[in-house]
Amino acid sequence: MQVPAPFEYERATSVDQAVDLLERLGDEARLVAGGHSLLPMMKLRLANLEYLIDIGDLRDELGYIRIGVDEVRIGALTRHRELLESDDLAEFFPIVRDAERVIADPTVRNRGTIGGSLCQADPSEDLSAVCTTVDARCVIRGTGGERVVTMEEFHRGPYETAVEHGEMLTEIRIPIRPGGSSAYEKVERRAGDWAVVSAGAAVWLEHGKIVDARVGLAAVGPNTTGIPAISQRLRGAEPSDAAYAEAGEIAADSCSPTEDGRGSVLYKKHLAAELTARALRRAVARAQDAASGE
Amino acid sequence: MQVSMTVNGDEVTEEVEPRLLLVHFLRDTLGLTGTHWGCDTSNCGTCVVWLDGEPVKSCTVLAAMADGHDVRTVESLEQDGVLDPIQQGFMECHGLQCGFCTPGMMMTGRALLDRDPHPSEDTIREAISGQICRCTGYTTIVRSIEWAADHPAGDGADNTEGRPDAADAKQVEEVS
Repeated sequence: MQVPAPFEYERATSVDQAVDLLERLGDEARLVAGGHSLLPMMKLRLANLEYLIDIGDLRDELGYIRIGVDEVRIGALTRHRELLESDDLAEFFPIVRDAERVIADPTVRNRGTIGGSLCQADPSEDLSAVCTTVDARCVIRGTGGERVVTMEEFHRGPYETAVEHGEMLTEIRIPIRPGGSSAYEKVERRAGDWAVVSAGAAVWLEHGKIVDARVGLAAVGPNTTGIPAISQRLRGAEPSDAAYAEAGEIAADSCSPTEDGRGSVLYKKHLAAELTARALRRAVARAQDAASGE
Repeated sequence: MQVSMTVNGDEVTEEVEPRLLLVHFLRDTLGLTGTHWGCDTSNCGTCVVWLDGEPVKSCTVLAAMADGHDVRTVESLEQDGVLDPIQQGFMECHGLQCGFCTPGMMMTGRALLDRDPHPSEDTIREAISGQICRCTGYTTIVRSIEWAADHPAGDGADNTEGRPDAADAKQVEEVS
């Protein structure tokens, strides 16, 4: 039987109270939302803590998807299933639905949250790659107020984030820019598994040309990897299979996968190249469709 | 710590350790052994129950997290000796062999049909994709859920017609 080591359990009734509890209980306290990332780690003794603060009751406060004029705001307790099923979100950022379809399975998606996924900071985690791709910002709240960080700042390393003692992630903000679309590609060993490699692409078109592009990879380095060199290569380019292939080569050169049960370094680099090219191709096609429909 | 929740419509209050998992609370504390316990790693899905109406893997939920919430297990499907169509479907279409994954499959199947009364085969396969069956090859499970979709409860049809084993089950219940 796998059970967590003993801990004290507290339940928060508001974000302010959760932050106060974190502040008061110290470094050995952790937040739990859906629990589907943290509880398995606790069972395996990869996470040991003295206090568990359940923030499940804060869903009224932190469970939302709000589409604004220039950004989408997603509450940290929004569940995978809600992200998957949101038509509004899929219209602006189809990459989220692409990724959610291949994150775990429907039953797990009923409980897991976006905030939990990001704070777990597993290098193979899909939503981190998605948020990196779409240039999301993370809102972190502490007793002293709020601060907003980029995904690059948020992820400090495997299982390590910018969320400090006495702080919690409350919201993810994704900028909306005209002419854009996005896509996500993942190779996994079986349905719902962690990625062998996955790649997200976001592109913005103007008069048929790529004015900006972003690529984020998962499972090929110490943390989710955004690749600025691809953006540089694609800015101003005509969409073409040759351009996507070149971007794929940059992706393969820029990542640092390790050999494990999921595959060799060579295989993972091959996947990084191919999935980057496919994600770019699909994102561009979607942006073109959206433009022709206007 | 003390937890209170509704399980299959009944209020229960128990003293538990904070680290007790919901699956063990249901099986060991409440004696509801219909919920099976398999891989313990959120993979196999045999421990699926409903939490506030949604299927969840109860080996990855603490009993404490269910405090104040509504839980339903496979024991709630049969009502007054009448099987739920999803249970009937598994009988009609041989949706089980060893039966270990069956309670979880039925809870997921019931939840799916409540949201989507006429799911496609692909939708059914997607819904049960987080649950493992090592006997059936899934085909008969899919057929069982399809059968239940074709025979909704309260449609006037006698779902137990020609099923002496169902009548027997009722009789055993009455005798015991």
